[in-house]
Amino acid sequence: MNAADQIFVSLQHWLAGLAPATFQPLVAMVLNIVGIMTVFGGCFALTTVMERKILGRMQNRFGPNRTGPFGLLQPLADAVKMLTKEDIVPFPADQALHFLAPLVLTVPVWLAFSVLPFGRNMTAVELDAGILFFFAISSGSELAVFMAGWASHNKYSLLGAMRGIAQMISYEVPLVLSTVPVLMIAGSLSLVDIAAAQSGWLAAGLPRWNVFTPWGLAAFGLFLVAATAESNRSPFDLPEGESELIAGYLTEYSGFKYALFFLGEYLGLFAATGLGVTLFLGGWGAPLKALGWVPSWIWFGAKFAVLIFLFIWTRATLPRLRLDQLLAFAWRFLVPLALVNLVVAAGWHWTGAWTFASALEIRWFLGAVIIGFPYFWLGRGLRGRLPERAYSYAE
Amino acid sequence: MLSELTFYFFAALTLAAAVAAMSMRNLVRCALCAAAAFGGLAVIYVQLDAEFAGFVQFLVYVGAVAILIVFAVLLTRGEEIESGLAPVSSRWVGGFAAAAIVLAAIVGSVLSSPSLNHAAAPAASAPVKQIGRELMTGFVLPLETVGLLLTAALLGAVVIAMRDDAGAEPVIRIRTPLVKEEFDEALTK
Repeated sequence: MNAADQIFVSLQHWLAGLAPATFQPLVAMVLNIVGIMTVFGGCFALTTVMERKILGRMQNRFGPNRTGPFGLLQPLADAVKMLTKEDIVPFPADQALHFLAPLVLTVPVWLAFSVLPFGRNMTAVELDAGILFFFAISSGSELAVFMAGWASHNKYSLLGAMRGIAQMISYEVPLVLSTVPVLMIAGSLSLVDIAAAQSGWLAAGLPRWNVFTPWGLAAFGLFLVAATAESNRSPFDLPEGESELIAGYLTEYSGFKYALFFLGEYLGLFAATGLGVTLFLGGWGAPLKALGWVPSWIWFGAKFAVLIFLFIWTRATLPRLRLDQLLAFAWRFLVPLALVNLVVAAGWHWTGAWTFASALEIRWFLGAVIIGFPYFWLGRGLRGRLPERAYSYAE
Repeated sequence: MLSELTFYFFAALTLAAAVAAMSMRNLVRCALCAAAAFGGLAVIYVQLDAEFAGFVQFLVYVGAVAILIVFAVLLTRGEEIESGLAPVSSRWVGGFAAAAIVLAAIVGSVLSSPSLNHAAAPAASAPVKQIGRELMTGFVLPLETVGLLLTAALLGAVVIAMRDDAGAEPVIRIRTPLVKEEFDEALTK
């Protein structure tokens, strides 16, 4: 079991051991980078085709099925198309910023993967403040969106960028707040520690994942919604709403730069999904005690795939929101709920010492009431209470 | 060796970006250069083992303050600086004097601080846990005060900036598209 579990770690040690001693740390780090880029680059290629196939299935059509068996070579064809397309830069655009924007979007997203634990002992950089690094590095993408929109010298681009920034700033608040209970309970900012804190088993044979607590369940829901919005996916895809803004800040991009934006968005989604798995679904832990012999990285991958499917499913199901609905949803619903959830987590922590009969049920009930009442109250209050919308137009 | 190289690289980047932020004519470009300078500074903090300060610097300055500056530029005066204002003017004398006084004060206090007199101070890497504990115990009053102050400033800014007149001018100014003649001229070049 141990050999299969640690196969990538031992492979990395063996390969790094072949290098001269002075270069070994460098070689080990390069191997980490190559591993992450290969796996998640492959995930990106696979997800683009699976997303289209699943969307097609859910919308009663075929999806891609001409290129290779079952259309599986579609990403290859797409890559060739993207690479051979003419790279058009509009004449009035700010050439330097137009060129830099896709890079500024893509590079930080890759960095975010470096702190995620993909399996037992499989973290590229074990940082004391891993989650802080994750959020800090992913906050750089807002600037990239602005650069793309502003440098294109196009009304649709700028409007899309403005929408994108408003949305990303608004949803970053509930995203970060929804992770705070996990940090409070685990008592650490390190993602490795957080994953390790969820190992072990409950009395019912269930794993001790954070999602099996009232605050964890609520925070997981908030996290999923906020992560969807952060990665600009439907139903929160207003920044590039094709029926309103052509393609938002992507309007003036073509060829490889467009592909880089595409890559950056999917990688952002992957990173957020990996964070969700680590924070709420026990990281690389097995879901049942009897399944503990399966290698840890398989469990991470399985949970990752399930969450990605969930995101695709959401995209196929829900229609796009309006901008005022979007912002009101973040500030009037998600943020208050996330704050209430902090109280639930604190209550869960302080009642942890209860030992009398059915203490767990009572704690669960209390937590569910504290988070459930505001959920219904805010949800009902929000419905039909938005003021009539005032429209203003750009010059 | 490697860490020295990265230090010189990021120090040069930070300085160049800071100089560019002050000397460019286009305000949005200035703001983006300032963001690059903030980012370079964050890397230097991390290299000094001040992980927490570095991450927070990146999160707050690149993620929030840079966006705020960009928005402020777009919402108020448009991106182009007035042509009458020269990049270097005599009005800078006062500014230079103030900056020199501040710099002298900082350098003076650093040089006279007792920690410099210790030869080879131990690498002070403050773990995040310790910073958090200090902030929540010894420094909780300053922390709360700063929080209150910032909230008040935020509310004040919203109250001042909010305009509810029905026929208000659109606030975001977008560069007017090029007219046909300009395009033709560019194409014939």
